[in-house]
Amino acid sequence: MSDNRISRRKLLGVAATVPAAAGLNSLFSRGGIGDGAAPAQANGNVASAGQHGHDAFAHATFAAGRSVDHRRNGFNPTELLRDFDYGRTRRLASGRVVREWEIVAHDREIEVAPGVRYEAWTYNGRVPGPTLRAREGERLRIRFVNGSEHPHTMHFHGIHPSLMDGVPGIGERLGAGQIAPGEAFTYEFEAEPFGLHLYHCHVAPLASHISRGLYGAFVIDPKQGRPEADEMVMVMNGFDTNFDLSNEVYAVNSIGFHYVNEPVMVRRDDLVRIYLVNVLEFDPLNSFHVHANFFQHYPTGTSLQPNELTDTVIQGQGQRAILELKFPFDGDYMFHAHVSEFAELGWTGFFRVGDPSALTPAAAAAAYCKLPWGGNGGRA
Amino acid sequence: MEAAAKAGRAPGDRLPAWALGLVPLALIAAAIGAFALLGGPGLGERTGPPVEEVAVERTVLRPGEIELTLRNDGPDPVEVAQVAVNDAYAPFSASDGREIGRLGSTTLRIQYPWVEGEAYEIFVLTSSGGTIDAAIPVATETPEADLGFYGLMALLGIYVGVIPVSLGMLWLPFVRRVGERWIAALIAFTVGLLAFLGIDAALEGLEIAGEAPAAFGGSALVFAGALIAYLLLAAVDAYLSRRSEASRGALGRGGLYLGLLVAIGIGLHNLGEGLAIGSAYATGALALGAFLVVGFAIHNTTEGLAIVAPLREDGAATAPGLGYLAGLGLIAGAPAILGAWIGAAAFDPSLAALLFGVGVGAIARVIVQLAPAMRDGDGRLLHPLSVAGLIAGIVALYVTGLLVSV
Repeated sequence: MSDNRISRRKLLGVAATVPAAAGLNSLFSRGGIGDGAAPAQANGNVASAGQHGHDAFAHATFAAGRSVDHRRNGFNPTELLRDFDYGRTRRLASGRVVREWEIVAHDREIEVAPGVRYEAWTYNGRVPGPTLRAREGERLRIRFVNGSEHPHTMHFHGIHPSLMDGVPGIGERLGAGQIAPGEAFTYEFEAEPFGLHLYHCHVAPLASHISRGLYGAFVIDPKQGRPEADEMVMVMNGFDTNFDLSNEVYAVNSIGFHYVNEPVMVRRDDLVRIYLVNVLEFDPLNSFHVHANFFQHYPTGTSLQPNELTDTVIQGQGQRAILELKFPFDGDYMFHAHVSEFAELGWTGFFRVGDPSALTPAAAAAAYCKLPWGGNGGRA
Repeated sequence: MEAAAKAGRAPGDRLPAWALGLVPLALIAAAIGAFALLGGPGLGERTGPPVEEVAVERTVLRPGEIELTLRNDGPDPVEVAQVAVNDAYAPFSASDGREIGRLGSTTLRIQYPWVEGEAYEIFVLTSSGGTIDAAIPVATETPEADLGFYGLMALLGIYVGVIPVSLGMLWLPFVRRVGERWIAALIAFTVGLLAFLGIDAALEGLEIAGEAPAAFGGSALVFAGALIAYLLLAAVDAYLSRRSEASRGALGRGGLYLGLLVAIGIGLHNLGEGLAIGSAYATGALALGAFLVVGFAIHNTTEGLAIVAPLREDGAATAPGLGYLAGLGLIAGAPAILGAWIGAAAFDPSLAALLFGVGVGAIARVIVQLAPAMRDGDGRLLHPLSVAGLIAGIVALYVTGLLVSV
């Protein structure tokens, strides 16, 4: 048992200390983090990491030797990223589309950071809950079953009658309002307005019910749709593991540093569309920043016109936006909260464009020369 | 009476006494075994989440690395999962694994590019999501415990212990020449001084005990150390006085003997003082300036006076030899060296609390033995001269203590 553990720790230690390499080289060798590439080079770094403490701290990270058990958690942020739940649809005689989901609340222990267990409250066993996606004008029916030991609701951001608002005290007589353990309720309303919204539990104490994990993204596509893109959901969240009303771990899609270990793979020149939602509790602001690139910013996604081209956006609690960008160069590009504290407590990741292992300094120089103002290439 | 006892003789009386002593022990062992085997019948499952109490026993800073020694102080095992320094997760390794059993310890080596002079707050995240907090008020590199370092600590011990105490003992000729009636005042001065030292050591011991794991006794260690030291010295005293009555050896009940006792008491106190200085230096909490060393020297010079004061008591009949005086000086001063070594190399708050307690007990015992010499012709303990001496002793130590607030 203990031998087994040590060898596993060593093995993972190899992978996790790769970013220790400084300078341009680290860019190319980071391939070793997630997929175990370049083990020989990584091995060399392990020794140096032990001997020279300064070199080892390339950026904040969880300790080597252990990773989150996604299978046991029941969800993997890599899969969750592009997982849109369209529900089941049927067309009424009137031609109207009815879209239906069943969402079950569970209490579930999840590993929020390697080795750290947290008693989460979940929708459908995952945090964040499923990304519900519909089209503007559809009739939505969400059957909510409370399988948790605590009363919960589903409160959707959108336009709907108060009975369907998922707020305790409203419509209790009709079975709405607070849904007791073992009870169920079907929320029914029109999908409007189009944009990027969210849903969450609205039972008091609110901060507690939300921070435990009861939230998810809610996408309503415009009737005419949006341009084809590589779409992904990023729910900015955190966990207050010691219940002191401040978060110990920050992340997008729950697991801190996950997209450092498994970078978000995108293709060069593809349109990337990020549905970015902030549900972080206890901290009033959160932010998103992408390296070496700019994105079009569509606040709340309710307009088809972006309001800004930027590389950093701030969101308060419940705020969200659609971001669109293209990566013109291969390589690894960091994204993280520009609140440095959050970034170093887990909310950091990488986009991986193309195949970085094929990237050589010569290729990087060639790419640079292609720019109209680039290096010697411009003049030669 | 004897006959009655014989008549009521139980069968067990035939057994030897030691066997009878063992019977309750065996029964207790059997009961504990059965209780454990049955899984604590009737107690049911434990209620509530596991209790995590972890003390940070030692913090060491090396370039690019912060080392924390953790001691599990609570009833349940604790598993260290992650470590963050100033709100940034940092890589670390654990010397004895990440799981710490009850009363067990492990040392975390955290890779972090700390900067001299900055303050750091560390939280250790456990597997249950709980946090253990540690603070580094001012970061500075912890000295390596090599030969040079031990040499420095020895020098420090000599500066603050041996030299000042020896200097203080130079008051001996003065002490021997003052009038008979001033003896009580001098002894009272010593008692006042010792009383202040005792109170000071007790407070410091209790303060350090506050940082120690409660499971090892905490503050109780100070009192236990004091009681044990007091009782041990009383036993030694009883043994020596019986021998001296029999053989009329060098250690009579007179001034020389009292001087030795004072030296032992002060020596044990200086052990604690050295410990505090050594650990403060090792953790960077103490800057060793000339001012501090001078302060200690003045402070401890008064201790030398305390040692020689009782030597007057016998009158000129038992003039102590130079060797004897040097011995007293070493007994009183040299433990500061030992204390500084222990404090700098292996500071442990529980051990420190115990040693401070030992110092308190030793001082208390010495006070008890010195006090009779304060009596005046009417046999009164507190008379104007002795009270003046007591107050002078307390004030002298208080004032010189201002120079050395570590």
